[in-house]
Amino acid sequence: MTTQAHVFVVVVTLLAVAFVIRLVRRRQLRAKYAMLWVAVCAVIAFMAAVPSVPNRLARGVGIFYQPAAFLFAAVVFLFLVVVHFSYELSRLEERSQVLAQEVALLRRALEERRAEDDGVSAPPGT
Amino acid sequence: MTTPLPHPVPPSKVAVIIPAFNEEGALPGVLAELRSVLEARGIDHDAIVIDDGSEDATAAIAADAGATVLRLPYNLGIGGALRTGFRYAVSRGYRRAVQFDADGQHDPEEIEGLLEALDAGADMVVGSRFGDERSTYEVGSVRRSAMRVLRVTVRLLSGRVFTDTSSGFRGFNERTLELFARVYPVDYMESVEALVIACASGLRVTEIPVAMRTRQHGLPTTRRWRLAYHYLRLLFVVLATATRRPRPTEVRP
Repeated sequence: MTTQAHVFVVVVTLLAVAFVIRLVRRRQLRAKYAMLWVAVCAVIAFMAAVPSVPNRLARGVGIFYQPAAFLFAAVVFLFLVVVHFSYELSRLEERSQVLAQEVALLRRALEERRAEDDGVSAPPGT
Repeated sequence: MTTPLPHPVPPSKVAVIIPAFNEEGALPGVLAELRSVLEARGIDHDAIVIDDGSEDATAAIAADAGATVLRLPYNLGIGGALRTGFRYAVSRGYRRAVQFDADGQHDPEEIEGLLEALDAGADMVVGSRFGDERSTYEVGSVRRSAMRVLRVTVRLLSGRVFTDTSSGFRGFNERTLELFARVYPVDYMESVEALVIACASGLRVTEIPVAMRTRQHGLPTTRRWRLAYHYLRLLFVVLATATRRPRPTEVRP
């Protein structure tokens, strides 16, 4: 890569970090995800700033075309992130199910209570 | 968000907000002592226990002891449970509230001091374990050094000195309750973040020394490397949020 390309990558990464921090400040992003993306940005910026390190790492695992090593690492990492997100999504779905059921039970209890206050027995069903 | 009050509470009444997760062992003693101490001091209060998805008899035991029980359908963690309590206090119109531990490490005798600080004009008051020599609170080495880093960070960012940034023994007035009912943080060690949010929102936060006891039941929650991660995350959040200007809409005077 040319020097310009390295500078470009570093600038884009810094912008990404600024965006993530902005989201945290507005409380639109949980800190655990912010930490993850800031760490990713730090690694990318480091590799762009010191290209000899990713080169040596790639040779170390027997890959002599450095971009291939980078893309492979990126795919593995993103795969892990997606697996984690599907785990979180499953948990959220389970929780929203429980929440909706809870609301249904509460609504029924409230209707029964209201009917009692009106002096009639609760309508069956509804 | 504030719903019309079904039973308005008298202005002097204090909401004692007690998050509880599987605390059936300690809770009966804690609630009984809380009641007898506050009644002896003539402090009108309601104990509000938030059952944070406990798997034991926490909710039933709290109700038997005369507390108002809010039962969450699943475990939200301490921050989520506390925010539930703050929302309840705001919706019922409590003017003052105290956050109190279900595990017996807080001494109800100290509540009066927190309330006096609120009456003296504080929006939020923190009961510090390290404020004076009465306290002999022991913490591990990772925790101690991390607490020191946080203390210095909070001091630099808020311009204020807090000897105990993570204490969960706190008092709040209406203003703070309204803020925390909306934005109380939910992650581990939420108390530090909450302190920073309060300072960044322009609230008057003070600290008073309190004596604390060691836990009656339960274990300190986290292992070392997790603790280190959480302190790092906290440092990140504190740095990100504390430099944020208080928005005028944030706190209604």
